[in-house]
Amino acid sequence: MSGDAGSCDSKDAAGISERRCGVGETVEQSGTVGGQSVSVGARIGRRGFLGRAVAGGASLLALGALGDRLAATVGANPAAAATDGTPSTVHQWAMVIDLRNCNGCKLCTQACQKAHFLHADQTWIDVFQMETSAGDTYFMPRPCMMCEDPPCVPVCPVSANIRTAEGLTLVDQSRCVGTRICMNSCPYQARYFNWSDPEPAPRQPFPQEPSWPVPQVKGTVGKCISCAAMLPSGQLPECVANCPMGVLYLGDLAFDVAVNGIGNVVKLSSFLAENDAVKFKESYGTNPRVFYIPGHGQDIDSD
Amino acid sequence: MTDAESSTGDEGVLSAEVDSRRQLWTTAMKPVVETPRWWWPAVLGLGAVVVLGLVAWAVQLADGLGAAGYNDGAFWSVYEADLVTFIGVSYGGAVVSAILRLTKARWRAPLTRIAEATALVTLPIGMLFIIPHLGSPTRVWELVWPPYWNLSSPILWDFFAVSTYLLATVVFFYLPLVPDLPVGAALLEHQHDRRAAFTRGLYRLLGSRWSGKAPQRRLLEGAIGLLAIMVIPLAVSVHSVLSFAFASSSRAGYSETIFPVYFVVAALYSGVALVIVTAAAARRLFGLKAYIHTKHFVRLGFILVAFGAAYLYLTFTEYLVDGYSNTSDLAAWVHQVLVGRYWIPFWFYFVAGGVLPLALMAWRRTRSVTGVVAGSSLVLVAMWVKRLVIVVPPATEPLVQRTLGPAGLSGGAWGTYHFTWVPIAITLAATAAIPLLLLVVFRFVPILPIDEMEQLVLEAEDVTTAARRAVPGLEPSNRPGAAGEPLFLPSTSTATASPPSGFLPAAPPPGAEGPPIGPLFNQMTVADPSDLDPNGPSRGTR
Repeated sequence: MSGDAGSCDSKDAAGISERRCGVGETVEQSGTVGGQSVSVGARIGRRGFLGRAVAGGASLLALGALGDRLAATVGANPAAAATDGTPSTVHQWAMVIDLRNCNGCKLCTQACQKAHFLHADQTWIDVFQMETSAGDTYFMPRPCMMCEDPPCVPVCPVSANIRTAEGLTLVDQSRCVGTRICMNSCPYQARYFNWSDPEPAPRQPFPQEPSWPVPQVKGTVGKCISCAAMLPSGQLPECVANCPMGVLYLGDLAFDVAVNGIGNVVKLSSFLAENDAVKFKESYGTNPRVFYIPGHGQDIDSD
Repeated sequence: MTDAESSTGDEGVLSAEVDSRRQLWTTAMKPVVETPRWWWPAVLGLGAVVVLGLVAWAVQLADGLGAAGYNDGAFWSVYEADLVTFIGVSYGGAVVSAILRLTKARWRAPLTRIAEATALVTLPIGMLFIIPHLGSPTRVWELVWPPYWNLSSPILWDFFAVSTYLLATVVFFYLPLVPDLPVGAALLEHQHDRRAAFTRGLYRLLGSRWSGKAPQRRLLEGAIGLLAIMVIPLAVSVHSVLSFAFASSSRAGYSETIFPVYFVVAALYSGVALVIVTAAAARRLFGLKAYIHTKHFVRLGFILVAFGAAYLYLTFTEYLVDGYSNTSDLAAWVHQVLVGRYWIPFWFYFVAGGVLPLALMAWRRTRSVTGVVAGSSLVLVAMWVKRLVIVVPPATEPLVQRTLGPAGLSGGAWGTYHFTWVPIAITLAATAAIPLLLLVVFRFVPILPIDEMEQLVLEAEDVTTAARRAVPGLEPSNRPGAAGEPLFLPSTSTATASPPSGFLPAAPPPGAEGPPIGPLFNQMTVADPSDLDPNGPSRGTR
């Protein structure tokens, strides 16, 4: 359990510094947690293939230690526990977005920017006005999809993107060098660069770390963190808590439950099944942990 | 044919060879020995542009990448296009030195040093673009810090590939230089300024063990041959991996299987163009007209248009196939590039970088030095613009709004890159750094590959001698140069128009008695150039 959130496993297997063990990472999982390698999924997806190809190439090149490090973690995907139905003691955070109720007020965006001291154009959760093929418009909030197979993670040359045991993809801004190749690979445009000095922020309850990157760092990439540092203490992410329409739900795949900001609690699996929930751009093979409930005849996965 | 006749003929040829060798050495070392009047103004002018670029970079460092016009709707742009362009043009050196060496194209010899030097200076400049490209350049060391490496990242492999290629380029520049160094050091014996002393010391340091004897020569030729083979796949890997950084994406226009080939051919194309422009400039500034002829430019021009046609073909297939698919992502991107907001740069490339160079080479009247150089200059500019057309449109694509609904081609959600003075100044600085560094390089190394050219003359003579022996009736001619047509013998008119100046005594009068020359060709450790001078004073009197 992540009740030990905020505590840090400073000597995990990969020797990653204590800075990167945030809330999502538990001591029990330390053998497989840490570093970029967590991201490589058990299924041989696009990036799993890359990971294995590289692992093979690395051993061929006799880059012994590095190859071992990579290979040891291939196939150890903590998220797998959540999808095969076995109860896990680790939270598997997810989000449900009920498009039927969104009125485009953007209070979620404002709450997020206020909490994380972001510039006005850094819309970690953005609300897009969309058009259906019939010409109707509707609103679609877009946070980070927290993909189970995130395209952004394997492309970073300095392993600044991490995927936690609880299924959150986070950015270590103390390591990010700002190549922006993750912005290139993300199919959801969910990443925002700090092109200038960040908004000044007062002293925060948590130190600047991947699970609470406040204030942002100039010259690095930032993105929705699902308010990772607030989750262990039972707080909802800012966007969820501030949505007056109850559009946004924080879900937990491990405990099969979801809750929105106006107090509705639902059984996650049946809620998704009954409402024909879809994932955004599912054909990209990213396996998002954000589920959309359509209601306007829209085709979310058109590409 | 009597013995006497034969001997007279040979002597005529030999004295012509003495002249041609002296002139080769003089011309090759002239930029090292003499400081032309324009040298310092040129260096200072180019240096000022470089300094301006550094100022722009300092501004960007203080204000963030936003100062360079970047935003979340256009996260990659000029620096990425610069990175690709400047690393790309370094491929020209490999073409001339490696590919033409392997195909035994002898005519390339006078161009090799210029081409290799161009590769040597452009590659580090291209690599340096990673610094303004990065958001946090102070942490660039993380790329060379193994614990942070992520081996699945194309950018890391870019770094490996380009570093390896840089190493190969340096060695490939150095190896053919080795036999020239003792000659150069000997020629500099009679220069007494501090720079000559420094250069001489440098030559002695880097080339002191060169004796020119057969085993050494075999070893050197083997090494150069091996390296020439290695440099080609290395360069292919560099430009391919560079393209993967873009292609590891799901964006229309980046996620292209054609990309590695596309980047390699683009590099070859612009690389040859830069070699042509550099050779033309060097020929004019350092008086190499006797060695680099119109035929060199025309032949390089043909290579240029071959790559140009290949690139045009790849461009055509790319847009044709993607446009035909008509899925919303690809259709919108092709639309924006061909007729939408990016049509001007795209069609500029098509005209200036695709059609005009081909036309200039196709028309006999423009198939001249001026025509080829004009075409190459167009290619260099147009290929930079083409890189912008490759880099910018996909980076400004809207990925959320367009993909849902028919808003498709209207383009309202597309991001926009705003040019500012900062990336322009940095790009100009990098451009100015190429001639600047070349001027510095040729301040210290012979601009012509002395040894390689002499070896080729020897080779040609061997062939002619063998042929003459094989055909008993063949009369040797008294005309100097007739035997064997020394490949690099300057034309008589040029030789008289610009006699070797300065540090070597004037050419001996025709018919003067000369020492036996033949053996000298094989011993490159010439203690004193006056050894070669039939009437020259001994070292003591100097």
